[in-house]
Amino acid sequence: MNTAELSSVCKQVRRDIITMVANAGSGHPGGSLSMVELMTSVFYNHMRIDPKDPKNPDRDRFVLSKGHAAPCYYAVLAELGFISRDEFDNFRQLHSILQGHPDCKKVPGVDASTGSLGQGCSIAVGMALGAKQLKKDTRVYTILGDGECQEGQIWEAFMAANHYKLDNLTVIIDNNGLQIDGSNDEVMSLGDLSAKLRAFGFDFYEIDGHDLDAIEAALSAPVVPGKPRCILAHTVKGKGVSYMENQAGWHGKAPNEEQRQQALQELEG
Amino acid sequence: MSEKIATREAYGKALVDLGTQNDKVVVLDADLAGATMTKYFKAAHPDRFYDCGIAEADMMNIGAGLSTMGLIPFCSTFAMFGAGRAYEQIRNSIAYPKFNVKICCSHAGVSVGEDGGSHQSIEDIGLMRLIPGMTVIVPADANEARKATFALAEFQGPVYMRLARLATPVFEKEYPFQIGKANVLREGKDAAVFACGLMVNEALEAAKLLAAEGIEISVINMHTIKPIDAACVTEYAQKCGNVVTVEEHSVIGGLGDAVADVLMGKVCCKFKKIGVNDQFGQSGKAADVLREYGLTADQIAAKIKETL
Repeated sequence: MNTAELSSVCKQVRRDIITMVANAGSGHPGGSLSMVELMTSVFYNHMRIDPKDPKNPDRDRFVLSKGHAAPCYYAVLAELGFISRDEFDNFRQLHSILQGHPDCKKVPGVDASTGSLGQGCSIAVGMALGAKQLKKDTRVYTILGDGECQEGQIWEAFMAANHYKLDNLTVIIDNNGLQIDGSNDEVMSLGDLSAKLRAFGFDFYEIDGHDLDAIEAALSAPVVPGKPRCILAHTVKGKGVSYMENQAGWHGKAPNEEQRQQALQELEG
Repeated sequence: MSEKIATREAYGKALVDLGTQNDKVVVLDADLAGATMTKYFKAAHPDRFYDCGIAEADMMNIGAGLSTMGLIPFCSTFAMFGAGRAYEQIRNSIAYPKFNVKICCSHAGVSVGEDGGSHQSIEDIGLMRLIPGMTVIVPADANEARKATFALAEFQGPVYMRLARLATPVFEKEYPFQIGKANVLREGKDAAVFACGLMVNEALEAAKLLAAEGIEISVINMHTIKPIDAACVTEYAQKCGNVVTVEEHSVIGGLGDAVADVLMGKVCCKFKKIGVNDQFGQSGKAADVLREYGLTADQIAAKIKETL
């Protein structure tokens, strides 16, 4: 899909995020909006998947390690036809397949249940390792939060990805700079994140995470044999909705009716 | 005196044969292959062995990922670091999505001995049986550990298997192993003694001591703590009217509670739990530590006598 088409999908995904979270009266809009371009690019232009055959053993895999960004995940899966848009009304409601955090037992197209931070990257490492073991050409993608990188297990997974030379793995960090209690730097500084990621041995890219061309370039660069890829994507939390942008307060809060209308208006055409 | 083999040793050797039979079996360890005995698999099938380093949380989740690719991962470490340290990884990334991961932890219970209380997990059965849908297995001897290892590979879904460091007698008689089906090893009317792991042998020895005094007890090997064999528990509780549970685990949350859960409000009988009484373990020779916590045959026999 070209940049203009992707851009239009991104806009619809953002609207769906707002609708889902506003309907539910709870959810995580900020970190969902920051990763829209990243997730859309991966799903539309890179993953070998088929909505009609979501369990195909030869499909590529995706793990949303920052599982709280489920609204973005569900919106992309609906755009692709894995789930019906009718499900949006049930997000976070009793008996819904759309749990507050992704449940792979309930949602077609979801490969791992996530939400407890720090664990998804290790699951992705296991998938990539499994693909190597089975001599499959499966590619594995995972999106992490920057705040999530405060979890020590993330670094265990980074170590393992490089130790096992998982060049079929792409780790994307949605670096929006904010977490629940404030900025990363106030809460627990990650220091020089790019230097740390380079030091772990990744095939490393640092990009603007809303620039579809830059994302495409980083995702489609030739594989460096033996090296897992890491893309540090600088993003804006709440991207696309003026009053949510760069506001930690919109990490896990739903817009009221007036705010919903304003957001949807800003995300028109 | 029969041969002594640790259940971890039998597990390690069984993995080698299982791996030969089934090329989907992969084994993960966290720098303890020489102790959990996955070292045998590592030597026999090096291309299917993954050391995750001293990173148990990562290991459990890598196991989760491997299982989604259709492989059958066996993740091994000590019970303290598997069921304990990586509890939430097991809970959320393995059990919640019902992934087919086998968590096989050695060095459970106070019989770890010299390493002391920091390494003696007396909570793992409780932690694991708390998780919805988790199957919990505690083999009683080497033969059972071997059979259980093969059964785990056939079983679809997450399983926790508790293994011991200490070499203990291999039962003279072999019993069939079926997940969820208790084995009655001895019949007696005065008490129904439900035991698991190393305590099964101690209970059998206790039964001999008691028999010499004319007291006859039933000894039931509860190798599956969850799902528990409720029919067997109910039958023997009704038959004997006097239930005793024996485990090398805290009396809180383990086999005793699992048996009590079956009987509560259903069967009227006497009930006693024998185990570690809500305290931490300590260093010492395994035999001495077991004695310190009242888990040897003569001590168990004395406690059973008190119930009569």
